[in-house]
Amino acid sequence: MKKTLRYLYLACVYLFLYIPILILVIYSFNDSKYSTNWQGFTLSWYTQLIADGPLMEAFVNSLVIAFASSVSATILGTLGAFAFYRYRFPGRKVMYTFIYIVMMSPDIVMGISLLMFFIILGMETGALTLLLAHITFCLPFVVVTVFSRISGFDRNIIDVAKDLGATELQMFRHIMLPMLMPAIIAGWLLSFTLSLDDVVVSFFTTGPYFEILPLKIYSMVRLGIKPEINALSAVMFLLSLITVTVAHLVTKENR
Amino acid sequence: MESLPIVRLQGVTKRFDDVCAVDSLDLDIYQGEFLTLLGPSGCGKTTVLRLIAGLETLSAGEISMNGSRLNGTPPNKRNVNTVFQSYALFPHMTVFENIAFGLRLKQSDKQAIRHQVSEALDLVKLSGLENRRPHQLSGGQQQRVAMARAIVNKPQVLLLDEPLSALDYRLRQEMEIELKRVHRQLGITFVFVTHDQEEAISMSDRIAVMNEGRVEQIGTPIKIYEEPENMFVARFVGEINVFDGHVVNVNNGSAVVDIHGQLFPVQNRKKAGTGDKVRVLLRPEDIQVTRDADKNGGPALSGKVDEVIYKGKTVDLVISLDAGETINVTQFFNEDQEDLVYGEGERVHVDWLYGWEVIL
Ligand SMILES: Nc1ncnc2c1ncn2[C@@H]1O[C@H](COP(=O)(O)OP(=O)(O)O)[C@@H](O)[C@H]1O
Ligand SMILES: [Mg+2]
Repeated sequence: MKKTLRYLYLACVYLFLYIPILILVIYSFNDSKYSTNWQGFTLSWYTQLIADGPLMEAFVNSLVIAFASSVSATILGTLGAFAFYRYRFPGRKVMYTFIYIVMMSPDIVMGISLLMFFIILGMETGALTLLLAHITFCLPFVVVTVFSRISGFDRNIIDVAKDLGATELQMFRHIMLPMLMPAIIAGWLLSFTLSLDDVVVSFFTTGPYFEILPLKIYSMVRLGIKPEINALSAVMFLLSLITVTVAHLVTKENR
Repeated sequence: MESLPIVRLQGVTKRFDDVCAVDSLDLDIYQGEFLTLLGPSGCGKTTVLRLIAGLETLSAGEISMNGSRLNGTPPNKRNVNTVFQSYALFPHMTVFENIAFGLRLKQSDKQAIRHQVSEALDLVKLSGLENRRPHQLSGGQQQRVAMARAIVNKPQVLLLDEPLSALDYRLRQEMEIELKRVHRQLGITFVFVTHDQEEAISMSDRIAVMNEGRVEQIGTPIKIYEEPENMFVARFVGEINVFDGHVVNVNNGSAVVDIHGQLFPVQNRKKAGTGDKVRVLLRPEDIQVTRDADKNGGPALSGKVDEVIYKGKTVDLVISLDAGETINVTQFFNEDQEDLVYGEGERVHVDWLYGWEVIL
């Protein structure tokens, strides 16, 4: 009895999470432009999507920015977390706290402050400023993810590696990196997702000539939801499903 | 023991902020010996090892190896390897990869590496476990991997930081013997750290007793146990009974000490003069117990048996002397000698053979 209740509860949670997505995916195959009634199966929204030049361009832009910013943030964040762990320097604690502050500060504050920063620097908003902004808000997530794993390590492991003849670089490459890999992948995944669906910060930091998907969809939706967007969302859902599965398999292999 | 030390520590000092972990310590370590640093937790043993390994920087003093100064040489350039207290195996590597780690950094001949690793595995009796991961090994096996990982690099000096402290009693005894065997087979210098005096005594060629960052006494286990140079060493290395007394008479090499009115002749190693206050120290097994005072004819202290603890090979007695002290006595049990078995509350007299005492 208790067991069935527990499963029922679990089922409810998952249904709550996934029913909207499921409905969206189903309607992306619905042969009707406006109706929410099922009118028959079609792939035409997908073909229209591919044919929609500006939308596809925004999609590709988004992927490029998400990829570039998540990779950069992952590299910088991993090195940062390692530095916080390995080296004792003045202001270390304060700096680590500031990482949290960046993570917790509202997107709108971040967006505006970055915009002002770019204006002061005299940078024209566009792909580059967008990339920098995305790296900035992804970075703390990587640092925190990697640091939480690294701080669980036996400190002597570093000393052992050095004792056995490794230079600092060899120690990082052969010991730290493989041991941190699951956290690095998790941090990268998080960054990729955060970057891909960011609206607020991107709104302030990209220019008129560099459109990205979330902003594009946002402006399109104001004119009503087109089934084309359902199709696009379904594709993106599939993409994230693949990414998560791959990441899971990779980290599993590692242990 | 050769004349020239392989590692020499001179005035070695290490301060962490406000604590002085190692305090101008001098120590010579000789080729091929099994030297133990023995001391209570927090006395700086680990820090000394880390200084030798190059994992900490000296605050003052100098460490030299084979006659050349090591100050500033990074750990990866020292011909020294360490077995850490926590083992610190690389969790993402197999046993083979763990052991091969050091070799792979220095050479690329796969065949030679394979050969050396299997040799090391043989030495620690772990052959066949090459492909296990650390978490699939027992504590004792992890310990052996940590050993193999260090010795495969053929260091001149192997540093071992309380390598047995995490093992249970039986396994520890087994590993003590193993460790001695490995030491004999390799013929390299071992610097072993422990806070366990029994371990130190049964394994070492020499023991350096440490306290608060300094060496209190250094010598063979027998010297350390039988002729402690100060109260710290006496108390730390095994149980000991202390009697306060004063010298009433000296004549070449001997002295007579008054303890609670009884006049005991003792060997005057300390060269005390008449009237000096001295402490007479006696190990529990060096004290004799008799039922009647006159049996040995000499001076004796009287008291009453408080507790009798039968330990198989020995019987331990706790005796409270009429003068107030409580002393511990260990008697080697002998079934033919029924009169060794004292009852609680029984009145006894204690004394010892001339020369078995230590005076400080
Ligand atoms: N990295 C460190 N930072 C600050 N204090 C330390 C550090 N390492 C050791 N100490 C201090 O130095 C003293 C000696 O420590 P240690 O060498 O580990 O002792 P042992 O190994 O004999 O138990 C202790 O008081 C310890 O707290
Ligand atoms: Mg220690």
